[in-house]
Order: sequence, then structure tokens, then C-alpha cells
Amino acid sequence: MYPSAFNYHRPGSVDSAIRLLSDIGEGARVLAGGQTLIVLLKLRFDEPTDLVDIARIPALDRIDDQSDTISIGALATHRRIAESALASAVPIVGDCANGIADNQVRSRGTIGGSLASGDPSCDWPSLLHTLDAEIDVQGPDGSRTLDINGFVEDLYQTVLKPGEIITGVRFPRPAAGSGGAYCAFKRCAPAYPTVSAGVQLTLAQDGRIGSARVALGSAGLTPIRALDAEQELTGKQPDAAALERAAAAAVAASDPVDDQRGSAAFKRRLVASLTKRAVQIALRRAGGETVKNSHEYY
Amino acid sequence: MSQPVKISVKVNGKRYEREVEPRLLLVQFIREQLQLTGTHIGCDTTYCGACTILMNGLPVKSCTVLAVQADGGEILTVEGLEKDGKLHPLQEAFSEHHGLQCGYCTPGMLMSAFYLLQKIEEPTHEDIRKGIQGNLCRCTGYKNIYTSITDASKKMREGA
Repeated sequence: MYPSAFNYHRPGSVDSAIRLLSDIGEGARVLAGGQTLIVLLKLRFDEPTDLVDIARIPALDRIDDQSDTISIGALATHRRIAESALASAVPIVGDCANGIADNQVRSRGTIGGSLASGDPSCDWPSLLHTLDAEIDVQGPDGSRTLDINGFVEDLYQTVLKPGEIITGVRFPRPAAGSGGAYCAFKRCAPAYPTVSAGVQLTLAQDGRIGSARVALGSAGLTPIRALDAEQELTGKQPDAAALERAAAAAVAASDPVDDQRGSAAFKRRLVASLTKRAVQIALRRAGGETVKNSHEYY
Repeated sequence: MSQPVKISVKVNGKRYEREVEPRLLLVQFIREQLQLTGTHIGCDTTYCGACTILMNGLPVKSCTVLAVQADGGEILTVEGLEKDGKLHPLQEAFSEHHGLQCGYCTPGMLMSAFYLLQKIEEPTHEDIRKGIQGNLCRCTGYKNIYTSITDASKKMREGA
């Protein structure tokens, strides 16, 4: 179906984009790669009056992985991140960038768009919970930094205010001796995950888990940080019993619904198995092993 | 009503300048305005990959790109694979190995395979599976498509 008619704007700077968004008001939407938005427009789930295309604002298209804080511009595509040095330096980021949708979508889709969609099935929002990420936004009232926790406050709903644009994402470089993994169950590459689980942890000298972050995607109305699952892992020997307890806690934190991708009961079982799988791969990576493609589908 | 936008796009080496409605999808621009109907529309949901083209060298689903987003860009469609009346080795191989039945997905398969062989000269079976992960075929069962891509890569390496 054709999208309903809209006006098109292509500002050259963040400031002019924000001015446009403020001037136009609630009918305006931000267009970046369009891999979520254009589908919604074609299905007429959304009928904006104006699109503000930020895709050619150079300042938003960057990956800075040289310092202790890794900084990714909102316009970095999944493909660019997947092909960057960052993907191998921080394997959970490589997992996510390589495993989102398919080759074609990864050419266009952006990390900023994935966040802004507020879709609990998008991979970046849940994954970034495991890296304690912060989101930089700019709007008519200036710049602010938002915590990834609570950024998606409800289904398709973020805490972004009218006229605000995501400019980038920052997270601390994971310390030596840490490892992470992102795993999903997908019916085929182009599909959204039925359920996904991300785990980032550190291993202490004595073989115990130092700290752990566990986040779930497609397991409720928002990305879910499974705090009780993190508690079950922190300070524990990573044996089978600890993994079972963490998986059970992740299931308890999840709130899946029946839909075309599967029943809630099926998804709860996926939460358990994917959490365990992600912990196991994260442990191997923390131990220095190279484990490729924990989130890749074909 | 919306304001038309002037765009300039290079498609298969030829420059086109047109005024388009902002809501016009790139695939519709290619098929209806440029009359290059080799690129197919298979779905509305960015699943099937029948509309795959290369835009600025990268594979994209042209049903999920607005024509205005392609402004200033370079596009390669399935029509651009043939050179001087001679089919591309991939096209030859799809024909020779029966890499299609109904043919609907074929333009997208060819473009994804073309991109894959640019990146990887001698792809493994797994590389090919990943290379066409965004392209659905509902009749061949993919086996003959793998065979076609493998054979094309061999012929291209031999300089055929």
C-alpha cells in the first residue's frame, strides 16, 4: 500500500531538524534509515503530515571506539557497526549488529532508529541494557542524557519529548575479563525475534561471576532488565544450578503475550533456554574464548 | 497534499532527474517511472527481498526506501547485470542450473548474490545461506539457487 501523503524535509544540521520538528508539531516524524518507519507508513499504522529526514546530518554518523567510553552516533547503521572494529572488540555488540534482520535491512537500519521506535522486539534497546548505556538526545530545550533503563516506558513509547532527536549512544568499554552474548529465537532472518536474551558479565579470579547484566527482548511490552536473574548470578560459581536459578528468575521477570510468533507459555520456555545459552556463551567469552555468531540466522 | 521533490538518481549508469511525491517508494519509482520492471514487489513488510537492488553499493529492499532518500545516489537493478547483450555469469548459472521456478524472487536473489560475490569470491555453502538470508523463495527449496551461485562464483574466478 502507498503511505498516506506527507511533506518531506531534509535538514542539514541537528539544530535545523529540531526547529522543523518544533514548528511542524505533532504531525512530524523523524526519518533515519526508515526500516521501521516506512513499514509502518505503508501499513498506514501511522500517517504523519511531515517527515524530517536526518539521514544526511554528518555529525550523527560516527563510531568512536578509541577511548574508555564507546560512543556511537544515532545514524550508524547495523551494517557499519557489524563491520567495525567495535564488533570484535565488544562481541555482544557484534552479535546484535550482525544478527538484526537481514543483509538488506542492516544496510539501512540505524541504532538510533532502533531505539526511537520503542519496539520491545528491536534488538538494540534490550541489548544496550546489558552495557549500562546512556542515550544522548537533543531537543528544543537543549541536550540531555537519558539512562537506557526506563527509556522505553511502554509499548512503542519512549521518554523522548516532542521535538527531541536521539544523537547517539554511549557506554563504558567492558573491562578485561568480561564477556557478553546476545541470543534470540527467530523464525527466519527478516523476522523480529520471538524472544531474545542478552547477558554481559565479568569473571572474578576465583571463577565466580563478578557482576552480571541480563536483559530480555520481545518478552513483554518493553525491553526488560531481569534484575533478579542478575542477583542469581552475581558472586556465584557459574554451575548448572546457578544457571537454572538465573533462568527461572528471568522467566519470572518476563511478561510475554500470545501472538502470531508463539504462545506466552512457549515464549517463557524460550526466555529460560536463551538466558542459559547467553550466560554460557558470555562465560566462554569472558574466559578468552572466541565464540562467533551467537545471534545470526539464515 | 504534499510538495513534490526533485531528485537526481543514477540507475544502471544512466542519470535520471524527476519530480516525485515524497511518499513514492523507490521500487515504484524504478518500476513505474523508469519502466525498469525487472525489480519485483513481493510483500509490503520488508520480508521477501524480491525488490532487492544495490544502492550506493549496498543491498537494500527498495520497497522500504523512499525515492527521495535515493536522491544523489547510484542504483544497480537486475537490468544492470547484463553487459553488452551478454548475461552476467550469475544469470547464466541460474538458467543453467534451474535456480528458479516461477522466477518471482529471482531479481532479488541475483542482486543479493551479486553483492555476496563482490564480498566473497569463493563463498562456502554457509556464506551463501547468509548472503541470501533476506530473500525468500517459495518454490525451489533453495538447493538449485545454492548450486547456481556456487557455479557462478567458480566461472567468475576462472574469468569466464
